[in-house]
Amino acid sequence: MAALLELKNVHTYYGHIHALKGVDLEVNQGEIVTLIGSNGAGKSTTLRTISGMTRPKQGSVYLEGRDITGMKPNHIAALGIGHVPEGRRIFPLLTVKENLEIGAWNVQDRVEINRRMERAFELFPRLRERVEQKGGTLSGGEQQMLAISRALMSAPRVILLDEPSMGLAPVLVEGIFEIIKRINADGTTVLLVEQNAHMALEIAQRGYVLQTGTVVLQDMADILINDQMVRKVYLGEN
Amino acid sequence: MERTTQAANPFAGMVEWFSSPPVTGGWLYRFIIYPLLQMAVFIIGIAAFLTAAAYLIAFIIPNPRENIVLAEQINRQLPGMIISGISVGFVYSMIALGYTLVYGVLKFINFAHSEIFMVGSVVGFEIMQRIDEAGASQQWNPVVMVVTIVLSSMLASGLLAVLIERVAYRPLRNAPRLVPLISAIGVSFFLTDVVRATEAMLRNDFNLRYPTNDLNWLTDAIPLVIGGITVNIKPTSIIMVIGAVLTLLALNYFVNGTKLGRGVRAVSQDQSTAGLMRIDVNFMISLTFFIGGAFGGAAGALFGMNAGTITPYVGFIPGVKAFTAAVLGGIGNVTGSLLGGLTIGMLEAFLNGTLAYFPALGQRYTDIFVFAILIIVLIFRPGGLLGERVDEKV
Ligand SMILES: Nc1ncnc2c1ncn2[C@@H]1O[C@H](COP(=O)(O)OP(=O)(O)OP(=O)(O)O)[C@@H](O)[C@H]1O
Ligand SMILES: [Mg+2]
Repeated sequence: MAALLELKNVHTYYGHIHALKGVDLEVNQGEIVTLIGSNGAGKSTTLRTISGMTRPKQGSVYLEGRDITGMKPNHIAALGIGHVPEGRRIFPLLTVKENLEIGAWNVQDRVEINRRMERAFELFPRLRERVEQKGGTLSGGEQQMLAISRALMSAPRVILLDEPSMGLAPVLVEGIFEIIKRINADGTTVLLVEQNAHMALEIAQRGYVLQTGTVVLQDMADILINDQMVRKVYLGEN
Repeated sequence: MERTTQAANPFAGMVEWFSSPPVTGGWLYRFIIYPLLQMAVFIIGIAAFLTAAAYLIAFIIPNPRENIVLAEQINRQLPGMIISGISVGFVYSMIALGYTLVYGVLKFINFAHSEIFMVGSVVGFEIMQRIDEAGASQQWNPVVMVVTIVLSSMLASGLLAVLIERVAYRPLRNAPRLVPLISAIGVSFFLTDVVRATEAMLRNDFNLRYPTNDLNWLTDAIPLVIGGITVNIKPTSIIMVIGAVLTLLALNYFVNGTKLGRGVRAVSQDQSTAGLMRIDVNFMISLTFFIGGAFGGAAGALFGMNAGTITPYVGFIPGVKAFTAAVLGGIGNVTGSLLGGLTIGMLEAFLNGTLAYFPALGQRYTDIFVFAILIIVLIFRPGGLLGERVDEKV
């Protein structure tokens, strides 16, 4: 059976900058896969390429064996790929509720929308208190919660998370990783980009290490977490 | 991400209340009472301010000419100026909305909008002329006739705006910002000349007179006594106000009360993220052009009925004034367009009513003052009156 998500020899450019130099990557149904690497390695670019925000110059992206390369982001999203972009990208002048409703853009059934919203409030009770507040006035952590909830509103088959722990207080970081595990346990496949490599490898089954646009290492998460090079470079150990 | 920066402003709370539509409350409050209240507050506020300013000038310069007591003239003119200011102001607001909505989604000034307005005006004329040529204008119910004309103009201008975006702007979406601007100016000239050529072929004349002669309901002024002063109100003023209020209510409902409106707002705040949310960004942009164009078209028809005679060149001045209104209110801000339009319309009416009493000045200098506002706002408060929000892409 084909992997749920597969990248084959993907090359992505920004003008003359060669950001991805032949990335191969696979995410199977039900997995948590993490993508780690230092700043500028191309992690966000990988996610952006999957969701169609940037087009690869070469190579292909497949969803369950179907070539989705070059499709528009809204069409890719409609196939079941949810993307929580880097920097949260909350709609600042829409309320929390409106942001969530936008997340459920493809859902016509009001009852279903409310059901999913309830689910979001269960995961993040703090959002419930702030339904009428404008997204731009939320704190950074609250915006992150909203960004994740907004992506879940479309009930994606696979969710791409770009540094969900960024800017969060340490106690909230643990909470976010717990939530990612819960989302995954409920049946959503996860591709997780993280600076916090240790935590990411702890909840993931498999991991990829990206360096200047190339996958330099890929393995089971528990092996990577003990790998000499990973420990040194990404887990900050000596 | 878009950041919002707040300038220190003692009236910030009040401005916030009047400039951002409520997100809670009943349907009636959100979509009928609040917007009407907002319009009333703007009108009363602007009228009060300008009235005070006029009397202040009359106090400083009591006799601008021999035998002229300025204060007395103002007493006499005041109700007329206010009524004319409201009706013209609403028309400017409607045109300004076209600039502001498009700016909202594309961060681009659609300089062809004044010609979209002009086309609305010409289509309105064509419809009315045809009804008249069929000898049927007496039989038509006035309300039905006005609604038919306005809706036709809205449809024509809305579709035209969509077409212009598709042909002249979309291919340039990733070009440097100046390029679509130049394209817009090209479209502007193109439309003017196409309309001129068409009407010249069709009617041998491009001065188009709305056939209003036999329609008493449209031409006979309605005398209204306010405080012992009789003011003659043009029926077209009333039509303009009613038409504007109805369409503005509809727009407010669309933008703040419907799913599509929410989509348009999402696209205007963050286009690429809106795409990630499955929103078809290009469709939303087309929709925005349609609505903005339709408003321009409605304004064009109302303006044409009021002015009587129009030409293919009729769009330019109202277009620039409405653009001034949009900038004054805060471009990209829908409420700002309403406020800016009413301010410019009212200011113009006050100037028209009083400038003639000053030696060497006259109504023909009204525009200097209006355009001075454009320059002053652009220099000192480019965000406009309601634009404490300086949208910047981060
Ligand atoms: N819009 C852009 N224009 C030009 N270059 C870009 C653009 N976006 C990213 N890049 C470049 O592409 C490379 C990969 O960037 P990317 O954002 O994917 O890195 P990242 O791994 O997500 O880094 P970080 O951990 O800092 O988020 C970098 O060298 C970056 O400078
Ligand atoms: Mg990144």
